[in-house]
Amino acid sequence: MGFEEIAHTADWALRVWADDLEKLFVEAARGMYALSGAQPALSEVEGQAEGAALNLSKGPKVKRTFEAEAQDAESLLVAFLSELVYAVEQEQLMFTSFQVGMSECSAGWRLEVEMAGAPIVSINKAIKAVTYHNLQIQQTARGYEVEIVFDV
Amino acid sequence: MIGIQNLTKISDHEWEIPQSFRADMRVPVRIFATQVLLEQIMDDKSLEQAVNAATLPGLVGSVVIMPDMHQGYGFPIGAVAATEFPQGVVSPGGIGYDINCGIRLLASDIEYEAALPHLDALATLLNTYCPSGVGVEGVMRVNIPELERVLREGSRWALKNGYATEADIARTEEGGCLDGANSAKVSDRAKQRGRQQIGSVGAGNHFVEVDLVESVLDPETATIFGLHQGCLAVQIHCGSRGLGHQVCTDYVQELQAAVRHYGIELPDRELVCAPMDSPEGQAYLGAMRAAANFAFANRQILAHSAQRAFEQVFAGKLKGWELRQVYDIAHNMGKIETHEVDGERVKVCVHRKGATRAFGPGSPDLPPEYQSTGQPVLVPGSMGTASWVLAGTEMSMARSFGSCCHGAGRTMSRAKAKHDVRGDELRREMEGRGIRVRAGSMSGLAEEAPKAYKDVDEVVETVCAAEIARKVARLRPVAVVKG
Repeated sequence: MGFEEIAHTADWALRVWADDLEKLFVEAARGMYALSGAQPALSEVEGQAEGAALNLSKGPKVKRTFEAEAQDAESLLVAFLSELVYAVEQEQLMFTSFQVGMSECSAGWRLEVEMAGAPIVSINKAIKAVTYHNLQIQQTARGYEVEIVFDV
Repeated sequence: MIGIQNLTKISDHEWEIPQSFRADMRVPVRIFATQVLLEQIMDDKSLEQAVNAATLPGLVGSVVIMPDMHQGYGFPIGAVAATEFPQGVVSPGGIGYDINCGIRLLASDIEYEAALPHLDALATLLNTYCPSGVGVEGVMRVNIPELERVLREGSRWALKNGYATEADIARTEEGGCLDGANSAKVSDRAKQRGRQQIGSVGAGNHFVEVDLVESVLDPETATIFGLHQGCLAVQIHCGSRGLGHQVCTDYVQELQAAVRHYGIELPDRELVCAPMDSPEGQAYLGAMRAAANFAFANRQILAHSAQRAFEQVFAGKLKGWELRQVYDIAHNMGKIETHEVDGERVKVCVHRKGATRAFGPGSPDLPPEYQSTGQPVLVPGSMGTASWVLAGTEMSMARSFGSCCHGAGRTMSRAKAKHDVRGDELRREMEGRGIRVRAGSMSGLAEEAPKAYKDVDEVVETVCAAEIARKVARLRPVAVVKG
């Protein structure tokens, strides 16, 4: 599993892959945070890194739950990442650990995420929105794979 | 992949992708570009995205692409698409996340030479009064009922609260307030994002810039616009901030179901849309107009903040330090307008995504003083190069739904710009050329490096050769404030 930045003329785009859908969602979140300047090791080494573009406070962890239902997994991915965008902008919160559950429901798919994180001390780049541009979760040799374009 | 062989050359600066190019196209794509500009965007997905845009139900005429085009998501940036009202569709992705992102130009009688000793102080004060950067709040925080008034009234809200003059309002597209705004269709979340951001610039390519009117190409029109060669002017580039982004996010999500409901097939999910006369289409139009009004008010407050900085720096030292509004135009918006299509007057929703309105002389939407000239068309160049003031023409009404280009247009990804350019070196280089830089982030500065953009002069030459605008004045930056 992993993520990499891919070329886009004006905005930011990521390719994300993982063994299953749950891990794909976590990897997408980590990739999106990385574009905002978070260090790749953010989830292991929390707290402030000298000179880093993004710093989190060392205080007690903030816990949140996110739930959504949608016709397809792509819509849930956009909803989940949009939730994280909102938390960064509005509450200056970034999450470092995720428990993701996906299940089928009458609407199609149901997503439940338990997440824990910390307030952002400093950040100098922000994702403003998560787009649906050519969004398609595909099964490949690497498991599940998706490309996501962000508005910055 | 679309190549130059798929394009029909109409002239040296106009091309067409015929409707026959792909079975799902409903109209052709018309592109205003020189061959050089076209070749620059062949590597990215602009043309494919233009073809995708040409599949929307209810389109009339052609999808029109401006020479500053580049890859976006859904629509390419630099696109104009008109759908027939009311049965045609409105597409949030065809208007963009930063609803009513736009440019405001203010003119002054302050001579550059006289202002020179004070420009450092001015740049610093503008940076203080016009807050920019990620997560930075605006100059005021309003409660939700007050925010709802902003969403309904736009610049008129600013007028009532002493942040605008009637002259400012008259020289703003649509008088700074779109009819039909419905704040009830704006989510709580969008309102929360907006309530503390009024009077803030934001990040990305947004800026406040002090310019020198370097050359005047049409003295008569420039005088009417209030622009004098050798004097200072101010450009403000920003939009509806988090509020607009949330409105677009909400409706791109919500309309996913609408396209299934109305049986609309699309090549890209970002193009989701709904007929304008459907409940979903009406809800989005109401919310989008509310977000547009927020952006008009935001730029109005920023203009007021810029005026404060000018007063503090120049009052008592130089005469004529007051700033006068030249014009304020949107370049991400959907508007109901009447245009001539195939010899008939048709009411349409003009989606402008990275394209500005450019109404020609005699348009009833322009203030009396601009009736003879056509509207000011503001084309900011890349940071540190040059910007243009153009005027709309009769031809823009006939060829591009009264629209023109909105800037230089990127050619290089942000990642590559960051890799190739060091922010601190760029800053030194700009300072060496007499441009004062106040930037919150050096990597943000690097991403906006001039080499990441097309040559704005070539873009402007193209639209003028196509006669959809004519040159009035060229501006050169002397101070840049950005996040």
